[in-house]
Amino acid sequence: MPASASLSGLLWRRPAWRVAALISLPAIWFVLFYLAALAAMFVSSFHTVDELSGQIQPGWTLDNFRQLLGDWTYGRIALRTVGIAAAVTLTDGLLAWPFAYVMARYAGPRLRPALMALVMLPLWSSYLARVYAWRLILAHDGALNWLLHGLGLPAASIGYSNWAMWIVFTYLWLPFMILPLFAALERIPPSLLEASSDLGAAGWRTFRRVIVPLAMPGLVAGSIFTFSLTLGDYITPLLVGGPGSDFIGNVVYSNVGVSNNIPFAAAFAVLPLLVMAGYLLIARKLGAFDAL
Amino acid sequence: MKVSMTCLTKAAAMIVSLALPFAQAASAAEPLSAIGKGEGALNIVAWEGYAQDDWVKPFEAKTGCKVNRKYAGSSDEMVALMRSGGGGQYDLVSASGDATLRLIYGHNVQPINIALIPAWTNFIPALQGPSFNTVKGVHYGVSYEWGPNTLLYNTQKVTPVPTSWSVIYDEANKGKITVPDNPIQIADAALYLSKTDPSLGITDPYELTQPQMDAVVTLLKKQRPLIRKYWALASDEIDLFRNGDVTLGAAWPYQTNTLQAAKVPVADTLPTEGVTGWADTWMVSAKSPHPNCAYEWINYVTTPYVQAQQAIYFGETPANTLACAEMDKQQAGSCKQYHADAGASYFDQIHFWKTPLKACGNGQSNCLDYGAWQRAWQEIKG
Repeated sequence: MPASASLSGLLWRRPAWRVAALISLPAIWFVLFYLAALAAMFVSSFHTVDELSGQIQPGWTLDNFRQLLGDWTYGRIALRTVGIAAAVTLTDGLLAWPFAYVMARYAGPRLRPALMALVMLPLWSSYLARVYAWRLILAHDGALNWLLHGLGLPAASIGYSNWAMWIVFTYLWLPFMILPLFAALERIPPSLLEASSDLGAAGWRTFRRVIVPLAMPGLVAGSIFTFSLTLGDYITPLLVGGPGSDFIGNVVYSNVGVSNNIPFAAAFAVLPLLVMAGYLLIARKLGAFDAL
Repeated sequence: MKVSMTCLTKAAAMIVSLALPFAQAASAAEPLSAIGKGEGALNIVAWEGYAQDDWVKPFEAKTGCKVNRKYAGSSDEMVALMRSGGGGQYDLVSASGDATLRLIYGHNVQPINIALIPAWTNFIPALQGPSFNTVKGVHYGVSYEWGPNTLLYNTQKVTPVPTSWSVIYDEANKGKITVPDNPIQIADAALYLSKTDPSLGITDPYELTQPQMDAVVTLLKKQRPLIRKYWALASDEIDLFRNGDVTLGAAWPYQTNTLQAAKVPVADTLPTEGVTGWADTWMVSAKSPHPNCAYEWINYVTTPYVQAQQAIYFGETPANTLACAEMDKQQAGSCKQYHADAGASYFDQIHFWKTPLKACGNGQSNCLDYGAWQRAWQEIKG
């Protein structure tokens, strides 16, 4: 009997082995490259660095965390990061609703792929190219002020500011909100909406009581993308942010790439991890993972 | 894991040194005794404008060393790059005086055999063995070029011509200012305060006690809302001036030259309070994979011809005194313009970047070290 036949026979007789064989490779990958990296980061957050020679001094000290908590600068940076991530998520949620709704409910077989292509189009070009494009749009002599000047309006001065970051982030992550929301809306059976209206619910009431609850998992799934992508970013603050625009990621980046203080960077990086863990727990409560 | 690896490496190194006493010469602790055949490649970390094709291409053609460039925007970044990946990724760095001691004490760079650098005898005396690259008589690098940090301004929008650093702390210029995103920038504010508020007793802008630092941080925090952007790379500042976002900035002559070449109406000035500045050194990594090419490079860029090219391109002053005549040949009047004939008095006016240490110059040790400067800078920019 050929070996492959005996193997498949064995796996057929023992379904548990079959599952183990399938899952083992991704599981090893996950444990080695993901969990091990996180553990290494967590451990190194208790080390320190000799400031002149730059050598990492192993050991168990809470100095990094004490410095983080003792200096309000880092609290402000953390609040700014979470705050802008929340603002971007909210804005993207509001912007995505009408678009996804039209795509799911009204667009015909020709319009829908066209709209879909429009959503995906920005993702074809490089992230950096798009951020630099916004930098040029929002610059003092840029496209925005050129337009405002043409309309006879006063020039806007929002280049290199937190407003600029909010606009650019909202633009960058909008497709990641539209797609899951569209998928959720499309899955709502039309019969439910008909039943709702047959039972006397007006359009607004149907929307509020039927459509929104059913689309909620999609909305929450999209918000996980927009929130976590903003939370972890450091390039957009670097390029379009102004004074007082540093994110957690920028502090981590400058401590790793500039001041060579990896333990301190690791300590600060624990924070977004905790924020995301909390966010995912709430998302689970809201049913974001029910459709998985 | 890391600890046991280092122990192993140390043990291995000990065994090797015990068994092969003559293998020492090959290790990084001893400088090169003669320049051998080039290794065909050279990886350098440099300031923007320090590895231009104008002199990199002829160097490659002459020596066969293919140059790979990595630009860094600050001294901190240079130090981090030279330490990254165990230190063997790069051969050379154009370190400024505020990075050199960190690289020397961190054992990231190797001693230089100065006898292999013939141009060195023609350097201005102050740069033959300066304290920032020569420790206990051992040369850890070869001086290159030096210059001042300038006040850059838009000649159409800023009137009258500024003569004081006060303009970059002035409420009237809100949103029109850019300064480097670099902890060493604290020294610029300290220098300004040493003149405007003598009661603080700041004598050296790199030796600050906690009360002096507090005063500087207060000034710089008041400056933050006036800043349009803290620039990380010279090209950032060039963009800001070109797009009209800012009209005033702390800059290097390189930005002035680049912007003027692009017909942007800018000029720079050395304000009356004095200026900080840089004196750069080419240093060879302790684990340089291409040391022969590194020495070839140092010899090439210290020749009067390349020194003059570099000086004119960046707008700085060469270490090699013979470069003056060469500069005038390449661009009439440039020797005088970039102070290559000015000598020691001009050199002494500039407060050159150096690494802030706990030990103050006056024998006391209550000054703040560079780690404290970095934390203060993060606090300032928020």
